[in-house]
Amino acid sequence: MTTTTYREAMRRALREALAGDERVFLMGEDVGAYGGCYAVSLGLLEEFGPDRVRDTPLSESAFVGAGIGAALAGMRPVVEIMTVNFSLLALDQIVNNAAALRYMSGGQFHVPLVIRMTTGAGRQLASQHSHSLEGWYAHVPGLRILAPATIGDAYGMLAPALDDPDPVLIFEHGALYGMKGDLPDDPDPVDLTSAAVRRTGDDLTIVTYGGTLGTALDAAERLAGEGIGAEVIDLRSLRPLDMPAVLASVGRTHRAVVVDEGWRSGSLSAEVSARITEDAFYDLDAPVARVCSAEVPMPYAKHLEDAVLPGADDVVTAARSLGA
Amino acid sequence: MTGGDGPAGGDHRLHLLRQMLRIRRFEERTVELYSATAIRGFLHLDIGEEACAVGVTGALAPDDAVVATYREHGHALARGMTMRAVMAELEGKVEGVSRGRGGSMHLFDAATRFYGGYAIVGGGLPVAVGLALADKLQGLPRVTACFFGDGAVAEGEFHESMNLAALWDLPVLFVCENNLYAMGTALARAQSEPDLAVKAAAYRVPSWAVDGMDVLAVEEAATRAVEAVRRGGPHFLELRTYRFRAHSMYDPDRYREKSEIEAWKERDPIPALEAVLVADGALDDDTLARIEAEVAAEVDDAVAFAEAGTLEPVSDVGSHVTATPQADGGLP
Amino acid sequence: MGAFTMPSLGADMDAGTVTRWLVAPGDAVHRGDVVAVVDTEKSEIEVEVFEDGVVEELVVPEGVEVPVGTVLATIAAGRRDESGGGGTPAPETAAVPAPPPPTSAPPPPGPGVPGVTAGAAIGAGEGADRVHSPVVRRLAADLGVDLGSVAGTGPGGTVTRSDVEAAARLAPPATSAPPAPPAPASPPVPARAPVPVAPAPHAGPARARSSPYARRLAAGAGVHVGALVGSGPGGAVVAEDVIAALASGGAAPQAPASPAGPAAPPAGPAAPVAPAAPSTESTSREDRAARLRRAIGNLMSRSKREIPHYYLATTVDLSSARTWLDEVNASRPVTDRLVMGTLLLAAAARAVAAVPEVNGSYQDGVFTPSPSVHLGVAISLRTGGVLAPAIHDADTKSVDELMAALSDLVKRARGGVLRGTELADATLTVTNLGDLGVDEVQGVIFPPQVALVGYGRVSERPMVAGGQVVARTAVTVTLAADHRVSDGHRGGRYLAEIDRLLQRPEDL
Repeated sequence: MTTTTYREAMRRALREALAGDERVFLMGEDVGAYGGCYAVSLGLLEEFGPDRVRDTPLSESAFVGAGIGAALAGMRPVVEIMTVNFSLLALDQIVNNAAALRYMSGGQFHVPLVIRMTTGAGRQLASQHSHSLEGWYAHVPGLRILAPATIGDAYGMLAPALDDPDPVLIFEHGALYGMKGDLPDDPDPVDLTSAAVRRTGDDLTIVTYGGTLGTALDAAERLAGEGIGAEVIDLRSLRPLDMPAVLASVGRTHRAVVVDEGWRSGSLSAEVSARITEDAFYDLDAPVARVCSAEVPMPYAKHLEDAVLPGADDVVTAARSLGA
Repeated sequence: MTGGDGPAGGDHRLHLLRQMLRIRRFEERTVELYSATAIRGFLHLDIGEEACAVGVTGALAPDDAVVATYREHGHALARGMTMRAVMAELEGKVEGVSRGRGGSMHLFDAATRFYGGYAIVGGGLPVAVGLALADKLQGLPRVTACFFGDGAVAEGEFHESMNLAALWDLPVLFVCENNLYAMGTALARAQSEPDLAVKAAAYRVPSWAVDGMDVLAVEEAATRAVEAVRRGGPHFLELRTYRFRAHSMYDPDRYREKSEIEAWKERDPIPALEAVLVADGALDDDTLARIEAEVAAEVDDAVAFAEAGTLEPVSDVGSHVTATPQADGGLP
Repeated sequence: MGAFTMPSLGADMDAGTVTRWLVAPGDAVHRGDVVAVVDTEKSEIEVEVFEDGVVEELVVPEGVEVPVGTVLATIAAGRRDESGGGGTPAPETAAVPAPPPPTSAPPPPGPGVPGVTAGAAIGAGEGADRVHSPVVRRLAADLGVDLGSVAGTGPGGTVTRSDVEAAARLAPPATSAPPAPPAPASPPVPARAPVPVAPAPHAGPARARSSPYARRLAAGAGVHVGALVGSGPGGAVVAEDVIAALASGGAAPQAPASPAGPAAPPAGPAAPVAPAAPSTESTSREDRAARLRRAIGNLMSRSKREIPHYYLATTVDLSSARTWLDEVNASRPVTDRLVMGTLLLAAAARAVAAVPEVNGSYQDGVFTPSPSVHLGVAISLRTGGVLAPAIHDADTKSVDELMAALSDLVKRARGGVLRGTELADATLTVTNLGDLGVDEVQGVIFPPQVALVGYGRVSERPMVAGGQVVARTAVTVTLAADHRVSDGHRGGRYLAEIDRLLQRPEDL
């Protein structure tokens, strides 16, 4: 057992992947000499050299597309995009190519590509570095969308993602990189198809992922003080969704709050909420509640950013409103 | 059935002629089938530009890769996909090269390393860069030929990809088929520097402009370029060509003068090569008639094959989204 | 011979018009020749011929729109025809149905707009200028009397029950639409029988909210969720209410459940509530009484907390009613005799027609008047506590029917076999405490209802008539009503209407 950070856990996973498979290489803006925009890849250039830890020009479309081409030709690229907002410059490659190539080639080709990017707010980075657009990607068939919320997942998701023969996008919440915690020396592999129950409870199910897992757990703790037992489910995979886990929990608690840092309209929380309503309607003892970010571009000022983001207070209020 | 002329044919130029004729006659038939609704979707024809596909693919080795656009029937046939499988694809049959999932704009073939028709202008270039990157990282002496039109030169992906390939010294042959129109927008109305080879050279990529109506010139230039690329680093070929037909089937073609089209037709690459061959005594009327008849038979056979083909069961519509079906995949 | 057909140039092209023929009969054409200009929805496009030959006939003239596939021209002796191109769809087979007439009129309007005949949707039923009481409407329907043809003898010319009965005696039925006969195939269903456990919507006021899970539990346990008072958000019935109700009393729903605090769930929510029975044996009578008392307390607390009550009282002279009752009862056997309490109920129900603001429900800031009067009757239980089951459609029942319904209800309430709907959907409640000698009642409204009518003791008391103090039979009627919905003026109007009705007992 080692005490580590989310960032270091991610780096350890990258190092092991690079060391363990010649086909793996890391590519992106400032992943090499700079050490990674968020220092995830710090030291890897020295260890593996510039061919395998490859700095790219500011050409999101070209280097994501290059990752697709290299994957088509048998490599296992890990492409880093600085933030989800920048990934929009590569949307054509991700949605029109990576997600569709297997299908439109009638199964002849596939794209074993991993794309990592930062998502989320909380660091006063305002309206072009703070959004949670992973829900958009979760809309697209052909992609697998992951959101590691814990140190264990930060470490453990990369290897199975690289084993996936299809494109995988990993969304790392920017506020988590410095999170400290323990990582076993020989962690169990992560099952990418399963959501995780992070806290058990009988009165209410809080469904969340990524950066708001902590928010949900804080809220659950406070609710426990009021005698309300909240179960917290970390989705981990946003596509495909582990709805059986969510439905099993809601089937016991009969109440659900979905917490999502994305905007409410057309969001992942909307999808989860709709599926609960579709598949667990007769288990519901109250309407599904959602706690999301206010529908504004992210403001810079701290007090405004705090007000926009879902907080534990909001989750507690939502939980109470369900009569839990 | 790539239409090779065999030992008896002797002259490689007859092979080039046959390839161009195969594309021309195939596409002429697709017009007819489209008008009769057997083919649907968008249908972009290569007619007039056959020398580009035939000349460049003729310079490639079997292990090289091809990335193409949505106007890629010619490239697919010249690269070695069977006329049957391409026609079946156009008719949406499971016997098609892409199982009927792609259609005219998305022909794929793993056997010939044909990595697809890309229908977002410029979208194939980064993929070609990545294919070349993989070859370089693996030390494989392979070339990726990436076809695109003059319209793609206005896209950011062109510039990003040229830069990246040059920066990393990747074995990509960029082939710009400049037919002067991005759909209906004339080159001069879209480019600050209409000399595209000059533009490409700004990335320190060796760039040549070639007469795209002369298949022999194209093949010669492509052969030299491929050799250079195989030794290291990207090259850029601007093939100056022209499409005789409209951008796609449903195009009134009102953005260019009839006289311009007629003038270019005077330079049709097929009669041009025939004239050269006849002048050299390498082609006579009987030989030409025989080739035409064989091509016609191949087209007929392809149409019959496609029409006898089967439609993929609707219940399979969810397959090939991902390797293991996701719960979200397929029909609700 | 070949056919040159209107080509399809895209999936969105269904038809085209030849705007110009570029060839004429007798012209030689070759495969690929442009032979016509076709105008589509998108633009004019030159179209080509796919065979060699001679144009024989131009079938479709310029300017006529025809569907894709229509033969535009016939072409003789095409070269490729003989070569037998494998599998090419023969143009002949593509030659589709005859084109529509050249200058066809616009097609008849599609079926999208349902034919609405002017005036058909309004003025249906009886004359719009006269308002008939519910009891009169029902009686007319039962007897097949067209109310529009009945002359009214009541106040302001209104039609009374006597008028309807007289009309029915004069004319045979079937002059107007009788009530719809029951569908022959379906089993006979009593017209207004409440459905015991049906989660089906009922025709009362706005349906009480309940969660899907609560409904599922309730259905499994044979309870009607509408019978329960919700403790959930917005007064919704939630699972806990169902569980509490089951725990408090047997299979039949008896009591509103308690809105227990979140910290103290009454039973482990994880414990499944099987459709099979909650154990009545294990629950002592004292427990049930205590639970019922707590439930009443909660409900009344909510009422007093949320509803701004106002109170009105009036004393009604019952001399006419007493006289009429005595006359009617004189010719009846003892068992069939009417009691004053029934007349009072009837008056409370019928008076709603004049002041609908007292009848309905108030939920989430909105008052929803009820189209029916389901009159809740407060019944005290011998074990303590009170229930207020409803007499459905009390405003359309005759006094005899009300009498029967009331005695049935009292019997069943005290026997614990009320139906769910009866507990669910009262729209107005009447409390009569006169038997206990109470002079007047200041009631507490049952949420989400908006009014409660109280009757005190019926007794002789001194009243002033014609300038003299005389002894008259009278009762004090009170109204507790919700100020969010009505005010004292309307409440007073309602009490006055009760008074007026009780002065004409023969019309009740």
